[in-house]
Amino acid sequence: MPLLHVERMTHDFGGLRAVRDYDLTIERGQIRGLIGPNGAGKTTVFNLITGIYKPTEGRVLFDGKDTVGLKPYEIAAMGLGRTFQNMRLWRHMTVLEHVKLARYSKLSYGLLGAFFSTGKRRREEEEGAQKALSLLEMVGVRHLADQVVTNLPYGAQRRVEIARALAMEPKLLLLDEPTAGMNPEELRQIMLIIRDIHRELGLAIFLIEHRLRVVMELCERIQTLVFGEVIAEGSPEETQNNPKVIDAYLGKEKLF
Amino acid sequence: MEMESKTERSRARILRVFFSSIPLLAWLIGVLVAVLCEKAVGLWVADAVGLPRIPVLFGILFMLKEPSLIPAALLYTTMIYIVPSCITARIVSPLANRAAELLLRVSVSLSVLVHLALLYSALHFWTDISDYRLIMVKLTLIAVIITLSLNVINGYMGEFSCSHPGFLALGAYTATVFNLVFFVNDRFFGPALAPPAWGPFFFPVGLVLGGLVAALGALMVAIPSFRTRGDYLAIISLAFMFIIKSFIENLEVVGGPRGLSRQPDYASLPVVFAWTSLCLWIINNFVRSTLGKALNAVRDDETAANSMTVNTRRTKMTAFLFAAFWAGVAGGLFAHVIRYVNPGMFGIQNLAEVLAMVYFGGLNSVYGSIVGAVGIQLLSEMLRPLEIFKWIIIPLLLILVMIFRPTGLIAFKEFVVEDLVKPKRKEV
Repeated sequence: MPLLHVERMTHDFGGLRAVRDYDLTIERGQIRGLIGPNGAGKTTVFNLITGIYKPTEGRVLFDGKDTVGLKPYEIAAMGLGRTFQNMRLWRHMTVLEHVKLARYSKLSYGLLGAFFSTGKRRREEEEGAQKALSLLEMVGVRHLADQVVTNLPYGAQRRVEIARALAMEPKLLLLDEPTAGMNPEELRQIMLIIRDIHRELGLAIFLIEHRLRVVMELCERIQTLVFGEVIAEGSPEETQNNPKVIDAYLGKEKLF
Repeated sequence: MEMESKTERSRARILRVFFSSIPLLAWLIGVLVAVLCEKAVGLWVADAVGLPRIPVLFGILFMLKEPSLIPAALLYTTMIYIVPSCITARIVSPLANRAAELLLRVSVSLSVLVHLALLYSALHFWTDISDYRLIMVKLTLIAVIITLSLNVINGYMGEFSCSHPGFLALGAYTATVFNLVFFVNDRFFGPALAPPAWGPFFFPVGLVLGGLVAALGALMVAIPSFRTRGDYLAIISLAFMFIIKSFIENLEVVGGPRGLSRQPDYASLPVVFAWTSLCLWIINNFVRSTLGKALNAVRDDETAANSMTVNTRRTKMTAFLFAAFWAGVAGGLFAHVIRYVNPGMFGIQNLAEVLAMVYFGGLNSVYGSIVGAVGIQLLSEMLRPLEIFKWIIIPLLLILVMIFRPTGLIAFKEFVVEDLVKPKRKEV
């Protein structure tokens, strides 16, 4: 059984068909990529899979269960973590609080625990803090744990966001342009981090990328989305040499 | 010139060294001593400096009413409050530091209880001198509950709710009716159903009932307004406030616009103090837990919160009902402190006062709520002699705060009890 199985997913914004008959199958532990020019509908695909939008047609099966119609927090709690293109960090909260909060569905102390600070609550909060710190260590921002996120440099904010998504212990991690706006050094580091978490946590990763170098290096298979339709799917080499991709995505000139 | 600034600096350093090692425990002892001082020799000192009687509010009222009394009032405040409390705090601080350390080592709760006991004794002796002080302290403590509960919605959750007067009214009327029916021979509700001697023990029941009714009212606001974000809550909650007010005005069973009186005298200072402490403890526990932090996440980015497994709708509803509950409790206490309620108390002016306290003190902060409630309450009492000008000064102050500190005086600060009660480092 594949981890994520999307079948003929279609989504309309009013009269505009943003995604048409989208199919996708991700196995456990795979790294997959989604590329495409601006406005192709890549982020919409993410929003459909994570339940922020409800598909007009089609099926989405995550871990064998149909997720169409479920709320985003329910889908997320099943083990679907994600990051956002524009990060969406909580501007008044510290780094540690970000990562701890993503473990919300794992907490069982309930309102009474929250009100009266019971032993169970203290235990769970402590455990959450420890897990959060080890994740921050993994992405290399542990020393910033008590900083408010808005004070951090851009690269560190990206790492915090990845740590936050990892805190919900996902089986599949969706990364929406994790290297957007990064300089070459930051880019190299974030790619190392993605490799690390893939190796150490053994989760599947599905990433949207603008920079071809990143997808070509990281991904096993790549889909190319143009105007809401998949025009090509294959290994990095196949994608790179596919005339349709070159035509639609890279422009007429050959880049490599 | 340089010499002067150097001595200035060294003087500032001496002051800092002098005061930096004083823990909260020592300050509380100092304040207690000052208050006892006033009780013992206050009348005599007031007489000596030429004040007609012991000033009730640090002499501010005298100063504003009669400018010629300014030196006398300042002298009194210095002699009775500032000097004794500072000197005592400094003298006992080595001992208090050791005591604070010891207490903290036994348990944080014990340490907190000792601090609260000291604070309570100081308030007790201070309010012993006049009934005016007593009622003012009670109202200030209630204002802390109200401000804190509204801060949960407007600060921590970042929605704008206007329905707090409505919740206060629901709590006030529920607790009042409960007590009048059961423990008072009343012309409205007939003879008491239970022995009046039981009344004080059942007072918490009435208050909690008031809180629950307020929470029920909150549910009516929350169901339609939390479907989406935006201005809906502000509009619906404002409407709710007016509906509750005119509903009670037209309800003859509870006296209509004339209101209800003859509330039994259950809301004594220890009772109000205990409820305020309890509220502070519970709300602070809540907002510091991950469940409470979810409110901040919903405020700062709801989509992200939702994608990080937070059930945003339930989070918002819970917090709103929780805040309304405490507003209801505060309303019940308020009715029994004033011992009279009418619907007119819970209108737009009340709303303005509560909002002022929240935004003046600081959003998303327990410290801020305490400072806002105490500050605005004291200020509005102190400026009473200025009559109409009071309503120019207080709004002006609010505008200044909004310009220079848009989120309030002490916003976005965690209230960490352990830091508050811990001993201060030894001086070098």
